[in-house]
Amino acid sequence: MKMAISPSGRIDVLKTYKLFIGGAFPRSESGRVYAIKDFKGNHLANPSLASRKDLRDAVVAARSAFSGWSSATAYNRGQILYRMAEILEGRSEQLVTEIVALEGVTPRAAALQVQQSIDLLVWYAGWSDKISALAGSTNSVSGPYYNFSTPEPIGVVAIFAPAKPSLLNLIAAIASVITSGNTAVVIASEKFPLPAITFSEIMATSDLPAGVVNVLTGSGSELAPWAASHMDIDAIDASGLTPKQLQETQVAGAQNLKRIRVNTDLESPARILSFMEIKTVWHPIGI
Amino acid sequence: MIIDSSESSLKAFLQTLPRVDEVGVNARAAMLATRSIKTTSKAWAIDTAISMVDLTTLEGADTPGKVRAICAKAVRPDATDLSVPSVGAVCVYNDMVHIARTTLDQIGGKAIPVAAVATAFPSGRASFAVKAQDTKDAINAGAAEIDMVIDRGAFLSGRYGEVFDEIVKIKELCGDKAHLKVILETGELVTLDNVRKASYLAMLAGADFIKTSTGKVAPAATAPVVLVMLEAVRDYFAMTKFRIGVKPAGGIRNTKDAIKQLVLVNEVAGPEWLTPQLFRIGASALLNDLLLQRMKMRDGYYASPSYVTLD
Amino acid sequence: MNPFEYAPALESTSIVTIADRYKLFINGKFVAPRSGKYFPTINPATGKKLSEIAEANSADVDLAVKAAREAYVKVWSKLSAAERGKYLFRIARILQERAREFAVLETLDNGKPIRESRDTDIPLVAAHFFYHAGWADKLKYAGLGDQPKPHGVVGQIIPWNFPMLMLAWKVAPALATGNTVVLKPAETTSLTALLFAEVCQQAGLPNGVVNIVTGAGATGAALVNHPGIDKIAFTGSTDVGKLIATSIAGTKKNATLELGGKAANIIYDDAAIDEAVEGIVNGIFFNQGHVCCAGSRLLVQENVQDEVLAKLKVRMSHIRLGNPLDKNTDIGAINSAAQLAKIKELSAAGEAEGAERWSPPCDLPAAGFWFAPTIFTGVSQTHRIAREEIFGPVLSVLTFRTPQEAIEKANNTPYGLSAGIWSEKGSKILWTASKLRAGVIWANTFNKFDPASPFGGYKESGWGREGGRHGLAAYLKAGK
Repeated sequence: MKMAISPSGRIDVLKTYKLFIGGAFPRSESGRVYAIKDFKGNHLANPSLASRKDLRDAVVAARSAFSGWSSATAYNRGQILYRMAEILEGRSEQLVTEIVALEGVTPRAAALQVQQSIDLLVWYAGWSDKISALAGSTNSVSGPYYNFSTPEPIGVVAIFAPAKPSLLNLIAAIASVITSGNTAVVIASEKFPLPAITFSEIMATSDLPAGVVNVLTGSGSELAPWAASHMDIDAIDASGLTPKQLQETQVAGAQNLKRIRVNTDLESPARILSFMEIKTVWHPIGI
Repeated sequence: MIIDSSESSLKAFLQTLPRVDEVGVNARAAMLATRSIKTTSKAWAIDTAISMVDLTTLEGADTPGKVRAICAKAVRPDATDLSVPSVGAVCVYNDMVHIARTTLDQIGGKAIPVAAVATAFPSGRASFAVKAQDTKDAINAGAAEIDMVIDRGAFLSGRYGEVFDEIVKIKELCGDKAHLKVILETGELVTLDNVRKASYLAMLAGADFIKTSTGKVAPAATAPVVLVMLEAVRDYFAMTKFRIGVKPAGGIRNTKDAIKQLVLVNEVAGPEWLTPQLFRIGASALLNDLLLQRMKMRDGYYASPSYVTLD
Repeated sequence: MNPFEYAPALESTSIVTIADRYKLFINGKFVAPRSGKYFPTINPATGKKLSEIAEANSADVDLAVKAAREAYVKVWSKLSAAERGKYLFRIARILQERAREFAVLETLDNGKPIRESRDTDIPLVAAHFFYHAGWADKLKYAGLGDQPKPHGVVGQIIPWNFPMLMLAWKVAPALATGNTVVLKPAETTSLTALLFAEVCQQAGLPNGVVNIVTGAGATGAALVNHPGIDKIAFTGSTDVGKLIATSIAGTKKNATLELGGKAANIIYDDAAIDEAVEGIVNGIFFNQGHVCCAGSRLLVQENVQDEVLAKLKVRMSHIRLGNPLDKNTDIGAINSAAQLAKIKELSAAGEAEGAERWSPPCDLPAAGFWFAPTIFTGVSQTHRIAREEIFGPVLSVLTFRTPQEAIEKANNTPYGLSAGIWSEKGSKILWTASKLRAGVIWANTFNKFDPASPFGGYKESGWGREGGRHGLAAYLKAGK
């Protein structure tokens, strides 16, 4: 992020921001990028401008990762989310710098946002093996049947997180979706995309299996309709869409009855449950 | 005998076999995989594993040159160390049997049998006439062991009698010229209950060995599958006093894998099975890894692949 | 002669450093006991002394309780729940890092095989801390109201059979729910608890949140009776559990007790027989049978008794008994001379009462405490070996004819901790489970533990549950 020549005369190695798909960092297949400026108007970076084909590829990656991630033990998933928090803690400084540059907040406020994001990640890590105790049940039906209900992950969730605070909203969305076993395709905020890519680097080094989370940077308004109509996306976290975009998404999403949510609470198990289905099983009791 | 050879009686018998709990088998296999085999027992295990290898080449691209190369390897796996035992058998397609047999005889490998895959290996999808001819050709060319495949389509659709009859007839063709291994293709049978049923079916029909796989389908010889098959031969011996052999094939790539197989034999079927007469390992790349481990034990430092031959 | 005799595969002990002597851990520091007294702790596989442990008297206990109280009032209760959780996550991660060290030390002090410490005990220990760390800031979802409150200072007394695992079962939920702890480990197995004190220091846990007072029965009694303790958690024998229940009568103290058992392991004729046999072996020979929930009574359906016993005997002949540090050992040493004497006494009673005794041929090492895996057949309900907890590798075999008879016999005990059911028929499993008066029921498996799964007994097997959402109730008072 440092653009100026430092007092010693050393030239910084500037960072390139690419997409995060299937555990790798490709450029957009379209070859497009767009310029991001800091809050003062200075040039910051040229992140990829993702195309609908990048979105298509991300969904394929997320779908193929779903079987393994949802059948991993909850303990394992929780540990991986906690590991992300460990690594995020260590890389705080880079994220603080990005948030200050993009959002124009003070370093103190940015640092606080990063700390809250780390703690939120830890909070969601601790839910993976407890959500079924909260939302599952054995049901007292009339008849000699053992009947239980258990929440299960839905599948592939597309995420449009609110723009500001950029990192905190991103983590609330990602963690609440994947802790239960879902996989995700994140369309990062158009104006503040950089923390999403830096966080992708953190996810890539945290033992998170490839494809569990995929991150695209670019135009939300260009990509939203493609996500909304994609028949292999099961649900959408639409918290970052405008009301008009939300309505259009709901119309297109009706084609495969996507579960479309607007989640306002950052920290809530209801957010986790909004991307789960309840399965109920009957079994006779008798000799 | 426990049953008559009618299809319904066979089916009824197979249904009475106790079920297999998959989670329990996986747990036992995992526990046995933690056995730590060191020093003298490791040295014994490596040499025993070498002597149990059915050194295999089953490719469409097999040529006389390729077959001669593996015969040389079979007789003298390590040209620089004559204390290395020779392998259990050489395993080829039936049109390569003649070359294999004559080559082995010429280079001091008279004691090494040639095993031929037969009965429209690997799929088993052909008329019985073709399967029978396949078998006869192999035996006439000098194969002392026939590795046949069962008809998985017939098994999975419940025509156990057909599967049984085919094995009986192939066994008749083998006569006293060849021993018969029956490949269950466990990867296609999928469940351990099916593996148990198919094991008993093959043994009742006259198999001398039950074999896990063709090596062309994954998963092949996983530990849980081999465990269930070892239980089958153990229990069959208790019932009948006949010892049937077991051959895992496919997926056993390194010394660690091979030693895990020997531990399974030791603790599930029993030490009586720890001989090439009753246990073989179908493999190709495994042999070099066994040699590398043997070198390390002999010399005390880690070996390099440059020091074993690629054939 | 088996040509495949496994050569010794010893785990190295160089990863562990054992001090000559250990003091008490109070208020974040190691302090000498007021009594000045120390007692030896030995390796039960060799009989050799490992170290000396401090003997805490009532003055020491008083110091520890005061430290726990101060830590509770001034620090722990003021910390946000999320921060509390983060300390527990740190502890979990350090336990994972030092897992091998803990496993070796546990084996040396307890006598259990290294494979068990390494693959079962210690991984579960880390998992318990990890699981409970995540509850710390989610207590309003525990089903105890919006703002459940901790008790304050809890006194915890744990047994010698799973020293670190029992520590984790006690300390992790207590801390997660906001309590502070005074823990008394068993006198024959204190070393891993004292190593845990180091982990608390490495994690930066505030002083006084965890205190460890070592000693025997008198130390435990001092802790139970101390007026500054708000709640007791005890795992151990039913006899001592009853003593504790008596001593706290009339006080405001809460107690949870996890006591003995005489579990029935029911094998129906439609069981997956080979896996059932494995389940029998795991049920009673795992951890040398030193397990409260051990499947110590085999209830086998009479029409498959011969087949099951024949397979069981073959399977038992493959059990490897010997040096616990050998990675291939299945059964290790009996924990103490006292326990060995008890096992021998009850086994002799079994023979005297007419049951038939069988063990596979077994070479017992000369030094240390050892007992061969043993089964008694022809046992009936009136035999002592069918009623009393032996706490050793001894299985009593009884038969039943119908499911109803299995239930009657299984429930015909003052205990009610656990039970096993083996059948391939789902409805029968569920019916049997619904009829069994036991707190933990394993179907087609045995001795499976998980921090998310509540554990505890009916009747004289104790009060309360440990683990899972239900286990939190022991450490909280419902609020709002």
